[in-house]
Amino acid sequence: MTSPLQQKLKITGPTAITANRLADGVVVWLTPQRTWSEAIADAAIATTSDEVHALLASAQADELEAVGAYPARVAVEDGKARPANLRERIRVDGPTVAFGSAA
Amino acid sequence: MYVYDEFDRTFLSERVADFRDQVARRLSGELNEEEFKPLRLMNGVYLQLHAYMLRVCIPYGTLSSHQMRALASVARRYDRGYGHFTTRQNIQFNWIKLAELPDAMDELAAAGIHGIQTSGNCIRNTTTDPWAGATPEEIEDPRLYAEVIRQWSTLHPEFTYLPRKFKIAITAAKHDRAAIRVHDIGLRLHRRGAETGFEVIVGGGLGRTPFVGKTIRDFLPKQHLLSYLEAILRVYNSGGRRDNIYKARIKIQVHEVGTEEFARRVEEEWAQIRDGALLLDEAAFDQIRDRFVTPAFEPLDDAPDALAEALKNPDFARWHANSVGPHKVAGHAIVTVSLKPVGKPPGDATAEQMDGIADLADAFAYGEIRVAHEQNLTLPHVRQKDLPELWRRLDALGLATPNVGLISDIIACPGLDYCSLANARSIPLAQRLTERFADPDRIADIGRMHINISGCINACGHHHVGHIGILGVEKKEQEFYQVTLGGKGNHKTKLGELIGPAVSEDEVVDVVERIVDTYLDLRAGPSETFIAAVQRLGLEPFKERAYAAR
Repeated sequence: MTSPLQQKLKITGPTAITANRLADGVVVWLTPQRTWSEAIADAAIATTSDEVHALLASAQADELEAVGAYPARVAVEDGKARPANLRERIRVDGPTVAFGSAA
Repeated sequence: MYVYDEFDRTFLSERVADFRDQVARRLSGELNEEEFKPLRLMNGVYLQLHAYMLRVCIPYGTLSSHQMRALASVARRYDRGYGHFTTRQNIQFNWIKLAELPDAMDELAAAGIHGIQTSGNCIRNTTTDPWAGATPEEIEDPRLYAEVIRQWSTLHPEFTYLPRKFKIAITAAKHDRAAIRVHDIGLRLHRRGAETGFEVIVGGGLGRTPFVGKTIRDFLPKQHLLSYLEAILRVYNSGGRRDNIYKARIKIQVHEVGTEEFARRVEEEWAQIRDGALLLDEAAFDQIRDRFVTPAFEPLDDAPDALAEALKNPDFARWHANSVGPHKVAGHAIVTVSLKPVGKPPGDATAEQMDGIADLADAFAYGEIRVAHEQNLTLPHVRQKDLPELWRRLDALGLATPNVGLISDIIACPGLDYCSLANARSIPLAQRLTERFADPDRIADIGRMHINISGCINACGHHHVGHIGILGVEKKEQEFYQVTLGGKGNHKTKLGELIGPAVSEDEVVDVVERIVDTYLDLRAGPSETFIAAVQRLGLEPFKERAYAAR
């Protein structure tokens, strides 16, 4: 999947804001309360460009909790976000391969 | 092994103290991300898909057993119990927490290793032949010169902010095991009469615009090594493009101005500095040579009885045939340790395996270990009589897969499973290929074969120089793979050629198998290697069969 870092902002459907937590790099999602959650199901879902820009501005204003915020297209099921592509699925679920002593 | 002096040790410890302070200030908000990012990158810390990644420099791929144990300890204490050896002879830890990085770096610094200049637009780790100092082919140990370059390039004030990253590789053997022609600068040590010097090659590189490097000087007397490198870097630093990141490598500059003109500029610059402060005399070489600890090799006979007896075991014989190379000292051998077990991530080693290798290096290899750009490890100095016992103990560690140089010895980047730049996964594809080609008899019949996989155009898996190169691309958020044939990264470097449209993730293993079957059907005989057959037959028969079943 083309890295979001290399893409122009283009909203094509339900979108959530994701980033990595500053202290440990863990993947986090911006919630409707403008806090960060490790669960994608907690993510605020935007459907218009204005909503995405507002959420993104809020995420990028945060200098202490999370870094590298970007909008990710998501699928919506029962009102909850879930990954819409392989890249975000890997960010949510981890590598698709066993690693370390589990490999 | 090169032994750091007090200057190096103090420098490393001060550098970690600086980084500890920078991390604290970032976590407190005193530094913002824009200010902090270049600082962490200068210390080899990236932010990847799931976590921070620490890239640790292994100077010219040489590690002591003590350093390997330090890597194992970091893997165990700060990561998830493993590390990934890279095509730049480095190691990467994928799960380190920012807050714990200074402690991990302190442990590494205590063992003389670090992440400095493993990122950023500076001169990176100089890589070399993993068989350096051991192979009878070389005219001299190239690590001496790699260390000279390390000392010159570390924190070089003029070359800390180059247009783009800069990679140097060096070899002293006829067989190029360092891929020098696909580096920004490649150096081949050779002799002219009684004099030792370098063939200087510039402008090689892979990535989105691959080029094979061009020779700009056939013979550079060794005492001029640093002044000539400085001249090249100055020409690049002043004339390399900074307006477009994709055109900023020296290979683009060499291509745009032409090899002759680039060489002329270098010679012009060099004429002004060649006999200045960078001129290296024998005393300077001796000073560095003296800090290399060379093993006290025992006088031994080649092909001892214990080895001859062990070779009656077909499993040992198979491993021996492709993992053991000739050594410059009688009774010794070079052993390549495959980090490519069937179905496992290429280049990964667990903390237990790292500790195990360190123990084996102490027991059988004078405490020395090398990292090869093929993502394998090398024990460069093993007594031949110890090979059977070494094999048994490697096998117990899961590290005796007899596939070195064969089709399942796959080079693969971390790909989309870890890397924030990747378009497609590399590791699962490598795993499926090793499972498809798991039969030792079959892969022995296929013979010498290099498959290289990159998850994006940045080409960290060196797919352009794979006999079969595989490049992951994205089409409508699905993984597809382009296949190239005929590449090679040795002393006859050649870039592979694309055989046709990208194939889906489901198809790619079958496509590779059909290419291999085509080779087996059409080769002139078992002695004709895959790459020789591709050269003789051209792409057409492979292309035809590869796509026939679609």
